[in-house]
Amino acid sequence: MQTAELKQVCKAVRRNIINMTANAGSGHPGGSLSAVELVTCIFFNHMRVDPQNPKDPHRDRFVLSKGHAAPCYYGVLAERGFISRDEFQNFRQLHSILQGHPDAKKVPGVDASTGSLGQGLSIAVGMALGAKHLGQDTRVYAVCGDGECQEGQIWEAMMAASHYHLDNLTVCIDNNGLQIDGSNDEVMSLGDLAAKLRAFGMEVFELADGNDVEAVEAALSAPVSGKPKAILAHTVKGKGVSFMEGQVGWHGKAPGEEQRQQALQELEG
Amino acid sequence: MSEKATRVAYGEALVELGAVNDKVVVLDADLAGATNTNKFAKAYPQRFFNMGIAEANMVNVAAGLSTMGLVPFCSTFAMFGAGRAYEQVRNSIAYPRFNVKLCMTHAGLSVGEDGGSHQAIEDIALMRVIPGMTVIVPADANEARKAVFAAAEFEGPMYLRFARMNTPVFEEDYPFEIGKANVMRQGTDAVVFACGMMVGESLAAAEQLAAEGKQVAVINVHTIKPIDAACVREWAEKCGNVITVEEHSVIGGLGDAVADVLMGQVNCKFKKIGVQDQFGQSGKAKDVLREYGLTAPQIAEAIKAAL
Repeated sequence: MQTAELKQVCKAVRRNIINMTANAGSGHPGGSLSAVELVTCIFFNHMRVDPQNPKDPHRDRFVLSKGHAAPCYYGVLAERGFISRDEFQNFRQLHSILQGHPDAKKVPGVDASTGSLGQGLSIAVGMALGAKHLGQDTRVYAVCGDGECQEGQIWEAMMAASHYHLDNLTVCIDNNGLQIDGSNDEVMSLGDLAAKLRAFGMEVFELADGNDVEAVEAALSAPVSGKPKAILAHTVKGKGVSFMEGQVGWHGKAPGEEQRQQALQELEG
Repeated sequence: MSEKATRVAYGEALVELGAVNDKVVVLDADLAGATNTNKFAKAYPQRFFNMGIAEANMVNVAAGLSTMGLVPFCSTFAMFGAGRAYEQVRNSIAYPRFNVKLCMTHAGLSVGEDGGSHQAIEDIALMRVIPGMTVIVPADANEARKAVFAAAEFEGPMYLRFARMNTPVFEEDYPFEIGKANVMRQGTDAVVFACGMMVGESLAAAEQLAAEGKQVAVINVHTIKPIDAACVREWAEKCGNVITVEEHSVIGGLGDAVADVLMGQVNCKFKKIGVQDQFGQSGKAKDVLREYGLTAPQIAEAIKAAL
């Protein structure tokens, strides 16, 4: 898919995020909006998947390690044809397939149940290791949060990915700089993330603008050999909605009706 | 009577299983020599993954491997597999109902010298409380082997508990079916429900009591969950006096699982024998078990007091 078309899909995904969280009156719009380009590009231009056959054993795999960005994930799955947009009204409601955090038992296109931070990347490592073991050319994509990198298990997973030379694994870090209690630096400084990733044996691609489709596309397309790929994407929390951008308060708060209308207006086209 | 630790039988069974099931892969966290997964590693190096001293990651990597159609057997000490990686097991294996076999060794007090920090006395409770988790505690080496093969055929998350210490291997060959308790000894005065190495100790205790004219039945409840409720009810009704014996805390383990079946259903006396809300300590395994009242003569005394 070309850049212009991808950008349109990204806008649609953002509208989905706003609608889902506004419908539910809860959810995580900020970190969903920051990850839109990463997840959209992965699903539309890089993964070998068939929405009509979501359990195809030879499909590529995706793990949303930062599971609270579920509205972004569901928004992309709907645009890609895995689920119906009609499901959006049930997000976070009783008996819905769209749980507050992704549930692999319920949603086509979801291969791992995530939400408890730090665990998804290890599951992705297991998938990549399994694919190598079985001699399959399956590619595995994981999207982690920057705050999530405060979990020690993330680094256990990086160590293992590197140890087993999982060059079929791509880890994207949605580095929006904010977490629930404030900025990363206020809460628990992550230091030089790029250097840390390199030190753990990753081939690092650092994107100054992780909400730029062309930059994300270039990094996802870049070949690696013998090493897992890490894309450190500097993004903007709440990207695309003026009053949410860079505002820590929109981590886990839903827009009201007036705010929904304003956001949708900004995301038109 | 020959002796063998259930962890050794586990390691040997894995090698046997590996020969007939190429989907089986094994993970360990730098304890392969102790858990006995090193036998599988030697036989099938391509199917063994040492994940280093990082149990949380290991458990989730096993989850990922299972989504690729493989059947991961994941091992470390019970303290770390059920304890340290508890939430990983809960959220990334049980919640999505992935087909991972958590095979944890060095459970209970019989770890011995390593002491209380390494003696998991709460793992059955931790695993039993997770929705949909099957929990199995083999009583001897033969049962451990059968449980491993049954686990490979079973679809879904499962916790298997193995011990470090050598224990008697029963001479008689008993069937093994997940969820089906085995009657090891008939009796009428009381019924003992036991699991793991406490089955052997309870049988010895029952033998001793028989010499004193007391007929005590012994049931091997190898599957703690789903528990064989029909069997528990039947024998509680038949004997009217129930004693549970486990190498585990009396809180949340076999005793509570049996109590859950009987409470409000069967009118009977009830006594739990196990670790009384305290940590273990260093010592030779047999000495530690004695210190906590879990040897055959002590169990016989406790049963007698309950009769």
